[in-house]
Amino acid sequence: MTPDLECVDLVKRFDDTAAVNNVSFSVPPGSFFSILGPSGCGKTTIMRMIAGFLDPTSGDIRIKGGSVLDTPPNKRPVNMVFQHLALFPMMTIAENIGYGLRRRGMAKGEIGRKVDEALDRIGLPGIGARKVDELSGGQKQRVAIARCMVLEPDVLLLDEPLGALDLKLREHMKVELKALQAAFDTTFVYITHDQSEALVMSDQIAVMNAGQFEQVGTGQDLYYRPDTPFVAGFIGESNRWKGRIERAEGGNLQLRTDSGLAIRATGMGLSEGARAEIFVRPESIRLAASADALAEFDNQLTGTVTSLLFNGAASRVLVRDTAGETLEVTLPQSGEFASLKRGDAIHIGWGAGQASCFEAS
Amino acid sequence: MRNQSRITFYLLLTPLVLWLGLLIIIPHIDMLLISLRERISFGVYETSLSQYEKALTEPLYLRTFWRTAVMSVLATVITLLIAFPVAYYIAKMAKGRLQQVLFLLCLIPFYVSELVRTFGWMILLRETGLISSLLQWVGLADQPVELLYTDATMMVGLVYTSMLFMVVPLVTTLESLDDSVIEAGYDLGGSGFSVLREIIIPHAMPGIVSGCIVVFMLSLGNYLTPTMLGGKDSLWFTEMIYNQFIVRSNWELGAAFGFMLLVLSSVIVWGMLRLTGRTLKETMG
Amino acid sequence: MTRTILLAGTMLAGLASVAQADTLRLLTWGGYAPEDVVAKFEEETGHTVEVTKSNNEEMIAKLRATGGGGFDLAQPSQDRIMGPQMEFGIYKPIDVSKLNKDLFIPSMLEATMGNTTVNGDVYGVPHVWGTSGLVMNTAEAGDVVKDYTDLCAEEVAGKVSYRLKRPTLIGFAFAMGEDPFAAYDDEAKYAEIMEKVEAKLIECKANVKTYWGGGDELMNLLRSGEVTASMAWDTGGWKLNDDNADLTFVAPASGALGWIDTFVLPAKGQADDVAYEWINFVMQPEIAAMITAAAGNFTASAGADEFAEDSLKAKYQASFPQEAIDNIKWYPPVPAGLETIEGEVLDRVQAAN
Repeated sequence: MTPDLECVDLVKRFDDTAAVNNVSFSVPPGSFFSILGPSGCGKTTIMRMIAGFLDPTSGDIRIKGGSVLDTPPNKRPVNMVFQHLALFPMMTIAENIGYGLRRRGMAKGEIGRKVDEALDRIGLPGIGARKVDELSGGQKQRVAIARCMVLEPDVLLLDEPLGALDLKLREHMKVELKALQAAFDTTFVYITHDQSEALVMSDQIAVMNAGQFEQVGTGQDLYYRPDTPFVAGFIGESNRWKGRIERAEGGNLQLRTDSGLAIRATGMGLSEGARAEIFVRPESIRLAASADALAEFDNQLTGTVTSLLFNGAASRVLVRDTAGETLEVTLPQSGEFASLKRGDAIHIGWGAGQASCFEAS
Repeated sequence: MRNQSRITFYLLLTPLVLWLGLLIIIPHIDMLLISLRERISFGVYETSLSQYEKALTEPLYLRTFWRTAVMSVLATVITLLIAFPVAYYIAKMAKGRLQQVLFLLCLIPFYVSELVRTFGWMILLRETGLISSLLQWVGLADQPVELLYTDATMMVGLVYTSMLFMVVPLVTTLESLDDSVIEAGYDLGGSGFSVLREIIIPHAMPGIVSGCIVVFMLSLGNYLTPTMLGGKDSLWFTEMIYNQFIVRSNWELGAAFGFMLLVLSSVIVWGMLRLTGRTLKETMG
Repeated sequence: MTRTILLAGTMLAGLASVAQADTLRLLTWGGYAPEDVVAKFEEETGHTVEVTKSNNEEMIAKLRATGGGGFDLAQPSQDRIMGPQMEFGIYKPIDVSKLNKDLFIPSMLEATMGNTTVNGDVYGVPHVWGTSGLVMNTAEAGDVVKDYTDLCAEEVAGKVSYRLKRPTLIGFAFAMGEDPFAAYDDEAKYAEIMEKVEAKLIECKANVKTYWGGGDELMNLLRSGEVTASMAWDTGGWKLNDDNADLTFVAPASGALGWIDTFVLPAKGQADDVAYEWINFVMQPEIAAMITAAAGNFTASAGADEFAEDSLKAKYQASFPQEAIDNIKWYPPVPAGLETIEGEVLDRVQAAN
């Protein structure tokens, strides 16, 4: 099946710096594709090239198999939902949604019908006559999407559209966006620096850093099987160390961190003596009152609780081991450790498979 | 507490009331009264509408009145047409330093007085001036060309003088237009023209209207430019007011002219606001 | 609008200077109160002089706006005293006994006093006099232009400039063989003369490059050669003569128009004694010569000729042979009403195509 969107060896240079450096990817029809990366990584540049506001230095952009490099933005079968939505403040909601259709020269009656249909679809029937500034943030969001969707684009680009919303609404809109995407059955390309947005909504996520894709995969891939130290560090949270590999047997490694901690981990392509970075997620570390309960784990430490960070389901404990290293450990909400307090002695442990290890750069 | 804030309010209001009252309202009432007088003989005056009658029946006065109005409207339109791309470039295309420099460039003509500026134009455009010499040197003219003393020259002068007052409000409103709104216009299939017509111009409307009002008033009230750059037939209404007040010592007719000008500018400004469907509050606020 | 500004300005000026009576607020022409003269006067008397430069029309307008206040001494032309005084009462009588009569050329003093007497009171004494006539490039236009009406000759088409002001009307009337001054008291006759002048000026309009407004503007036009013949003041021609020997002032065949600028006391002046002191000071021959050097015109000061620059005297003599001096037409006082006739003529000339 031809992908809806395909970028091949895409490069964009500004003067001497490569904002986008040799990026290739393809997005299958009807999927929700996210580009996730810190600000300044080049994700906006990619989006603007796809929309046609920037010309790539080299490489190709294909939509439904055909190159669109020579197509101006107003003729490309892609539409964009802007970061601040960019609704036209001088027009009513109906005029906003009908703008693209008017540009196509559609008959007035049909425009009216399509606009009403789109308003129904986004669950806001009858607001067509209102002004933009009479709408709430979430409503504007939906109107911005409807304004694009009436044009039935092959690909809908979304540039951090939830950034301006407050937390509660953002959580709600994540679900709603996913539902809208399913309802319209259109390919969404979504860029964000918020991993939670990407993880919740996307079928595929590309993690981008310094102009390049670090890894493309599902949320689970990125979370459980990061390819690079950047992905491991960027997605979710981790305890991280730098150290040296003391023994390597196949994928099983024995390391010693620079602070002197001995860790067993797994990782491919690493040899004895190499410098490495080790990532262990707080939620993969088990807490126990006695060392016996942790017998099954490759790594076992004893320490004292230095701090309790209560945050509901995401509560953590900070544990300082005997060597003086502090680790962040997720506090299970099963009630088992409800009485844990500062200064308590505690045992922690994790399996070698939970510790990802990469060659240090 | 309440008393105190009331005192503060009156204190703050006083300069405004004094300014409006002493310098604007009272002189205008005085002028209205003068315009309603008719001189009978030495020091003897009678109340009558004869000044207005004279102003409205004498073809020269009427012609000058309309000419001034039409030319001022024309100068406003030309200024808008030239200033809009300039303002758009400054607000949207130029970045950082260049933007500041360009803005400053628009201000430079105002570092010298209007008189000096007008003399500058005269030096450039006169028969033995720079442009005439240049045209001869290039070979486009075989004898000195007189570019002064025509309506076109006067128009150039008026537009030049008014430019800044159009560019500033336009830049301000255009800058407040989010770039992404323009991009959205293109993204949704708009052409350059339709984006301009449906998005940029509606957004810039407050700036356009207030710029036009200021430029129109400036042109209408300009005295130096039309007198110095204009030709033999180029009477400007302000020149006639000056003539009546100062040269002819005919304050009665001069005051009547002044009131006609006041009414004219009020009507045209009102018309402009009506035409664009805006209120004065929206435009000035 | 203009009046508003005048009113506000003079009001503020008036408020500011109530307290100091030994400040002389002088409303005069450019060059009539040069800095060196002012400095000398201030040094000798301890008074201060504030100079405001203006012209006839503006002087009268300013004094009219304030009912004769805001200034302590003014210098309108002698023909502009009687009418405005009768109409607006903006001057106060001069006490001639406070002046040193010996400093004045007797004939000029007599004539001016006579022309500025209203109801038996004298309102003006003479200061600076001069003429207006033709300023031209004698090499290019000297053979053609002998009188005002020659400005309409085909040979100088497009190279001519004059003002649209009353001296032009008067000058053309004389050149056309009329005597407008004699008709001053006969409004109907005057209107008839003006009608003829109007026809001539409209006919002549195509010849005119531009109607000049300010002296500098005309000087530039003549200096650059864009205009070869014009109607202007004698001093303008003499100044240009310094740079280009071909440019000079020529008394027209029908006679140059002579004017005398005077001293008058504004009705609400507050420093009359200082004003008399100033008049007596500037009429001294040496001081008068300094003013002549600055303004380019001769004064009514007796004996000042001795101190005047030779070059200026030479230019004066070249422009004014004895018969031309005898032929100078001195402006008599303008009766009220004539200016309305003139104004309408000027308007129609400007509007004509």
